Amino acid sequence: MAPKLRPWSVALWLLAWQGGSVALAAAYPHGGLLLASPVQAALRLLELLPSSAFWRAVGNSSLRIFGGFLLSCALALLLASLAAGRPWLRDLLGPPVAVVKAVPVASFIILALVWLDAEALSLFISALMVFPPVYLNVLEGLRQTDPKLLELARVYRIPFRRRVWGVYLPQVLPYFRSAASLALGLCWKAGAAAEVIGLPEGTIGERLYTAKVYYQTPDLFAWTAVILALSAVFERLFLAAVDGLAGKAGA
Amino acid sequence: MMEIHVEGLCKAYGGRPVLTGLSAVFRPGITCVAAPSGTGKTTLLRLLLGLERPDGGIIRGAGCRWAAVFQEDRLLENLSAAGNLRFALGEVPGEAGELLARLGLDPSDSRPVRAWSGGMRRRLALARALLAPAEALALDEPFTGLDGENRARCVELIRERGGGRPVLLATHDLTGLEDAPVVCLGEK
Repeated sequence: MAPKLRPWSVALWLLAWQGGSVALAAAYPHGGLLLASPVQAALRLLELLPSSAFWRAVGNSSLRIFGGFLLSCALALLLASLAAGRPWLRDLLGPPVAVVKAVPVASFIILALVWLDAEALSLFISALMVFPPVYLNVLEGLRQTDPKLLELARVYRIPFRRRVWGVYLPQVLPYFRSAASLALGLCWKAGAAAEVIGLPEGTIGERLYTAKVYYQTPDLFAWTAVILALSAVFERLFLAAVDGLAGKAGA
Repeated sequence: MMEIHVEGLCKAYGGRPVLTGLSAVFRPGITCVAAPSGTGKTTLLRLLLGLERPDGGIIRGAGCRWAAVFQEDRLLENLSAAGNLRFALGEVPGEAGELLARLGLDPSDSRPVRAWSGGMRRRLALARALLAPAEALALDEPFTGLDGENRARCVELIRERGGGRPVLLATHDLTGLEDAPVVCLGEK
């Protein structure tokens, strides 16, 4: 369970950050470059907000990273559904899933840079990071489906679509929800890292890289805050949609 | 007239025989399958429902459309009575309200069935089977957890609705069913 963010605790850490930044600026001639203060980062963010370049970067990165998430979810759901009743397919998919889980994301980013355009990199990397948790959790959810309810469905000759709504979805959705929550965080982290390495034009990753090259630490923190905000917003929206579906399916 | 025949039916689990050469005919109306616990009542029903394969023997006429009350209620816990009927039957039949009321259940109760008592859940499982458009019924201990009054209501409804089709009723207690033919299993 994620720890709850208490306002007093957040305020204390922001104060510590502000204090650290002020102390570094006072101690070294260019100390302010090493650690921008939260106030500087917030002011920089306010400057960025009205610019079209900011929203273009947000749009491009969101489209690719969240697009990769959605594509991967669809593929993971499909393959988990097929693999649930086919041990050979489970065995076949076992090694690649284990490899994707274990290999550092930087290795995949560099490899993917050889194969793909920089524009497609974050989509691919985001999809790659999302697949294992969603596939494995959905597979586990399907494995836990109550065989007694499946027998009931068989005896009453309940059509497949109603079986999915009544038996499979309520069983699988909690597993999918927990995997999606984890995967949404992962895909933003990995997607942004891929953009920083691949430097596709007009993306958040490119702006982060530029901030690093020119020691623009307020920009670095402002863009990092944007990534956090986007990740949180997409997670809330997606999980609300999953919860809505779960409510309809009686999960 | 629909009949189900079994001849020389055998089934064993892990080398332990449960049914050994059972032969019987199940005609329209109630046939009680009576036996002490663990002597093959549920196994017989599962074989007839096609959920398991016999080790030997022949089953004829059981490939029809069945409805069943299983040993467990097998309800969708988070759905209401109407939701459970809709899941199993595709819709809530027009006669559902009257049948539920006769079983002592409130047709307008919209609570999820997980909040219901064991006896209410059992009666809902029975209602689901009785409302299904089935050619035969397999009822495995349908009176579990019911008091005398509710049991009598259930027997009455099973008689009313089971008349034209085979109704296999597995029970260890024949109260109220004394006139029905009985197939005895596992007499020890």
